[in-house]
Amino acid sequence: MSHAQVLFARMAEHPTDSHTLVMYEATGGYVQARRAMDMTRDEIVELVKTSGLLGRGGAAFSAGLKWSFLAPARPAYLVVNGDESEPGTFKDRQLLERDPHQMIEGIIIASVANEVREAFIYIRGEYPKPARRVQQAIDEAYAAGYLGKGIFGTDYDLDVTVHLGGGAYICGEETALINSLEGKRGEPRLKPPYFPAAKGLYMMPTIVNNVETVSNLPHIFEMGTDDYRALGHATDTGTFLFSVSGHVKEPGNYELPHGITWRELIFDVAGGMREDRGLKAWIPGGASAPWFVPEHHLDLEITKEATGAAGSMLGSGAVVVMDETTCVVKAAERVVRFFSHESCGQCTPCREGTTWLEMILRRIEAGSGRPIDAELLLDVSDNISPGLTWPPKQTTICPLGPSAVSPITSVAKYFADELRQHIVQGGCPLD
Amino acid sequence: MTDLVKITVDGREIEVPAGELVIKAAQDHGTYIPRFCWHPRMKEVGMCRMCLVEIETPRGTILTTSCTTPASAGMVVHTASETTKKAQAGILEFLLINHPLDCPVCDKGGECPLQDQTMAYGPGESRFVEEKRHFEKPIPISDLVFLDRERCILCARCTRFADEIAGDPLIEFKDRGNHTQVQTFPDLPFSSYFSGNTVQICPVGALTASAYRFKARPWDLRRVESSCSHCTVGCSIAVEASRNDVLRFNGVDNDATNQGWLSDKCRFGFEFIGSENRLRTPLIKVDGEFQETTWADALDLVAERLGSIIEEHGGEAVGGIGGARSTNEDAYAFGKFMRTVVGSNHLDAQLDDGLDARFLAGVSPRAKIGDLDHAAAILLWAPDLKEESGSLYLRVRHAVQEGGAKLVVIHPRRTGLDDRATHKLTYRPGQGFGLLADLAGGEGDYAAVLETLSHGPVVAIVGRTGLTEAPELAEAVAGFALGLPDATVLPFARRSNVFGALDMGVAPSLLPGRVAADDAEAMAQLEAVWGPIPTHEARDTLGILEGLAVGDLKALILLGADPVRDVPDATVARRGIEAAEFVVAIDLFLTDTNQLADVVLPAEAFGEKEGTVTNLEGRVQKVNRIVTGPGQSQADWAILDDISRRLSKPLAFASAEAICKEIADVAPAYAGMTWELLEWDEKEGAVVPYGEAVQPLIHHPAAADRKALEAMSRQPSSGAFALHLARTLYDDGVLMRNSLSLHALAPGAAVHLHPEDAGRLGVTEGALVEVKSVDASIRLPAVLDSSLLTGVVYVPFNQPWTPSLGAALSVVVAAGKEVSA
Repeated sequence: MSHAQVLFARMAEHPTDSHTLVMYEATGGYVQARRAMDMTRDEIVELVKTSGLLGRGGAAFSAGLKWSFLAPARPAYLVVNGDESEPGTFKDRQLLERDPHQMIEGIIIASVANEVREAFIYIRGEYPKPARRVQQAIDEAYAAGYLGKGIFGTDYDLDVTVHLGGGAYICGEETALINSLEGKRGEPRLKPPYFPAAKGLYMMPTIVNNVETVSNLPHIFEMGTDDYRALGHATDTGTFLFSVSGHVKEPGNYELPHGITWRELIFDVAGGMREDRGLKAWIPGGASAPWFVPEHHLDLEITKEATGAAGSMLGSGAVVVMDETTCVVKAAERVVRFFSHESCGQCTPCREGTTWLEMILRRIEAGSGRPIDAELLLDVSDNISPGLTWPPKQTTICPLGPSAVSPITSVAKYFADELRQHIVQGGCPLD
Repeated sequence: MTDLVKITVDGREIEVPAGELVIKAAQDHGTYIPRFCWHPRMKEVGMCRMCLVEIETPRGTILTTSCTTPASAGMVVHTASETTKKAQAGILEFLLINHPLDCPVCDKGGECPLQDQTMAYGPGESRFVEEKRHFEKPIPISDLVFLDRERCILCARCTRFADEIAGDPLIEFKDRGNHTQVQTFPDLPFSSYFSGNTVQICPVGALTASAYRFKARPWDLRRVESSCSHCTVGCSIAVEASRNDVLRFNGVDNDATNQGWLSDKCRFGFEFIGSENRLRTPLIKVDGEFQETTWADALDLVAERLGSIIEEHGGEAVGGIGGARSTNEDAYAFGKFMRTVVGSNHLDAQLDDGLDARFLAGVSPRAKIGDLDHAAAILLWAPDLKEESGSLYLRVRHAVQEGGAKLVVIHPRRTGLDDRATHKLTYRPGQGFGLLADLAGGEGDYAAVLETLSHGPVVAIVGRTGLTEAPELAEAVAGFALGLPDATVLPFARRSNVFGALDMGVAPSLLPGRVAADDAEAMAQLEAVWGPIPTHEARDTLGILEGLAVGDLKALILLGADPVRDVPDATVARRGIEAAEFVVAIDLFLTDTNQLADVVLPAEAFGEKEGTVTNLEGRVQKVNRIVTGPGQSQADWAILDDISRRLSKPLAFASAEAICKEIADVAPAYAGMTWELLEWDEKEGAVVPYGEAVQPLIHHPAAADRKALEAMSRQPSSGAFALHLARTLYDDGVLMRNSLSLHALAPGAAVHLHPEDAGRLGVTEGALVEVKSVDASIRLPAVLDSSLLTGVVYVPFNQPWTPSLGAALSVVVAAGKEVSA
């Protein structure tokens, strides 16, 4: 089964030089950005709204709608979020490294749409090669007159700056990213009042879009909104990049339409389970997402709506597959440890709660679990994310704390027996 | 006027200003929402999450922090719902999992918000069985403050204070998540003049003060509120004592003055009260040595010597210096004693380091400190407020940051507020008049400065930037400032209750109640109560000292004054005192001055007596007693009263409160002032005069005219440098000397010079430099200071172990000669 390739098309056809300006222009590049120069803000915003493009950073919010919220004060800024840090997510890396001009063209379009004269690309510090490629591409674009003073011969100035992160997951959260970009500690801001579209970078109106979101823009312009929408599902238009990892035969990035099933994704696209073992569970949308299990979810359609209704999310498209040899307590501990390590520390429930959860899980896995711990895990989780509902509520400033709760509720929901076994046996039954 | 909106808190409808944070709106209406990080004087951060409440919104009920939610019409808030209670208990459990339960040995135990809120809102016990987080137990982050990171709950109160309020961002969070900790920067201690505030606002015992650590438990402390005596702002403070020892000062939030903050000098400058060096018995000098004696013998001696000098030479042979460190009641007693008992008009509360008394007492329209918050522009041509008045520095800073005032700073050197200034003008001491003429002219570079000052209301803080500067400059500046739109002036002088002492008539040119001494009608009214007042011409401090030196004056009465340390020209002071036939000093300590006296009488200090004080705005506040003075010490007024009886002209004061009543009777501006009126109960003190009609003295400084100004400009003599001599927060003053935590913090003597001058003289940083004035020649280490203009040197005044340079403008500076081996 083959699916239409859009964002990955150029790199698939020209694997050695898809990142160069020459190849980008030879394959139709920068035509759409030139078109955008002649359009008004309203026209572009309307076009993007009509395309149905949803943000690809995890929240899946309408990109056009977000743009329409931009406050009138100027200067406005565009920040492209390339701080791809959600465990299991590695699709932006491919876009940055293999087709940077596609993103830069998207940046030009988004900048014109939002009256932006200065854009920033925030790339995670662990991505030195993608950052180099992006910088090379920017340099090429400057030299060609596509960036800088009077782009494409118009009187429109646009500067683009690459900034490397310092290694904090939380800087993928847009307000923490903005703080980091300003040289401050990477801590999420209070919302309200600091919605970036109103008060963002340097307290000015700011659009923060994911790398993949921006990379979609030239294609929406090229195909028109009807064709673009037709690529995907009625509610989830266009293609979607999945990063499949874990116990599958063919892990990797896949560009797929919404609407296929998890069974198709895991068993057809990703080649099935490694060593043909049984499938135990998978994380459908990054470490923050509650887990799915084959008994309930294998034939579910992959759409934002269906995933949400089943109590999880597509998030950043990271699918982490776990086979039957996986200890869910250990897996949960590993995910919780990640969030505890990445907690910025400013608010109490996340700073203290995630660490506590990690300690309890580690103790259970080590064989010192107490009968009360199963309940304790849930109650501590409840104090971070009251009600343990989906979508989660939070006692915290940002969703990082509640993200750490997802593996706990997943284990409690689908693997209560395995957890109990750990406690009763005084150790891991899978060891 | 903010619109009021109706919100419902726990079923009760209340009316609150739209946009007010729910936590504050609820509190103002009697519903306390627990909190750690929120502080009414700092920006909200919503970090601790303790103030979570349920709020009904159109999109359903949400659990959110009340410290970050502005009140809006129709809002329904639940502060005690089951969900709220569970969330709050959950937060407390989280905070406690890593908090050491060492409350029994923690300074904060007993007054700890974490303890209190755990009792009120917390779970009964912890479910945490893991190992707590560990850090090295308290580490000093400055000379005055210790940090225990295990106790810290990371509320960011201290870091926000240091950055937002003090402007000293020297502490910050380091690391992240569960390893987050407050830290200083490498090799850079938290050496803020305001560090102690972080101890007070810390909601746990993470920050403790070296001066108070392990000294007492809160439940053993007695507390009175009072008005700080370290500068002329009169910050509201809580004085706390255990047994008979004053152990702590804390700031009290008085919106009119300090808004809760204190400089470290004021917070830790209580140690002198309990110092072992306090005078406990009267001393008389026998054969050049002090001997302890009884009050009766000492007072007899004073009466006998003073009496015979008065009899032989008249009352005008006696001078009186001091009163600025006393209460209004004591100062009034001193003035009345000098003028009616001794029969002398030679009295002065200033030490030749101030400004014209009529200017300080009478310039109007006078600004209130709070006016800064609404100023469009602030002209600061005064001492470096960071060094001389920490609270006023914070208020100006706040006015610029939060109120949006444009600040113009004019000073011979960098000041603590330069970073907030729209314009900063630097000048050479002696050249201030010329600069003023240029500024008033508004040509060239000065046009922009004048433009900034042309938007009212303008508040001008005017004082003497340094001790070599002519006092007339400040008056000329005020004259200029009063011509600016909607302008008010805050005259600045530093010493304690100097404004109160001037209001009490302790100045050659003033009578009590801001009355000019040459006002015949007022004099007649006063004489009706006081009896005859001498009419001879009055001398100020310098005049008294010079008169003593040449024998025109024979005796000197010192009331809490130390001219040898505090008069800029120490030589003149010493010469005068040594020449005096008789010197009696009423003081707390033996000082460089009263070592030379014949009789020294032990006085009560701040915290040991009751009375009123008046700040630079004219705000009268009460100071209160919490301990008894050491040994046989007595109140100034009582000592003066005793001497008056022995001189057969009894003042016959019954009590300090009775003196206050007499002041209200005879001092027009103080009419109606009573202790009851001022009792501390969320009061901001009372400002006198209440209106111009009650203010008898209206002093109009001359407007600046270029010719007159240029005539007053002074140049240093040929080949010499212009000396800028200014005070530092910590110095060698007698109260600092006896406050051990602070004395060591005095920066020490040095000569600051511009790098170009240093290069020319062949001087490098730290090298010894010979500084020669008319009076002295001393060697000081060089500090290269590019904030000075060339041709100017700055020497901090009154540093430990350093002789006085005098206050002449010219000093000769040369590289120190190599000391041959």
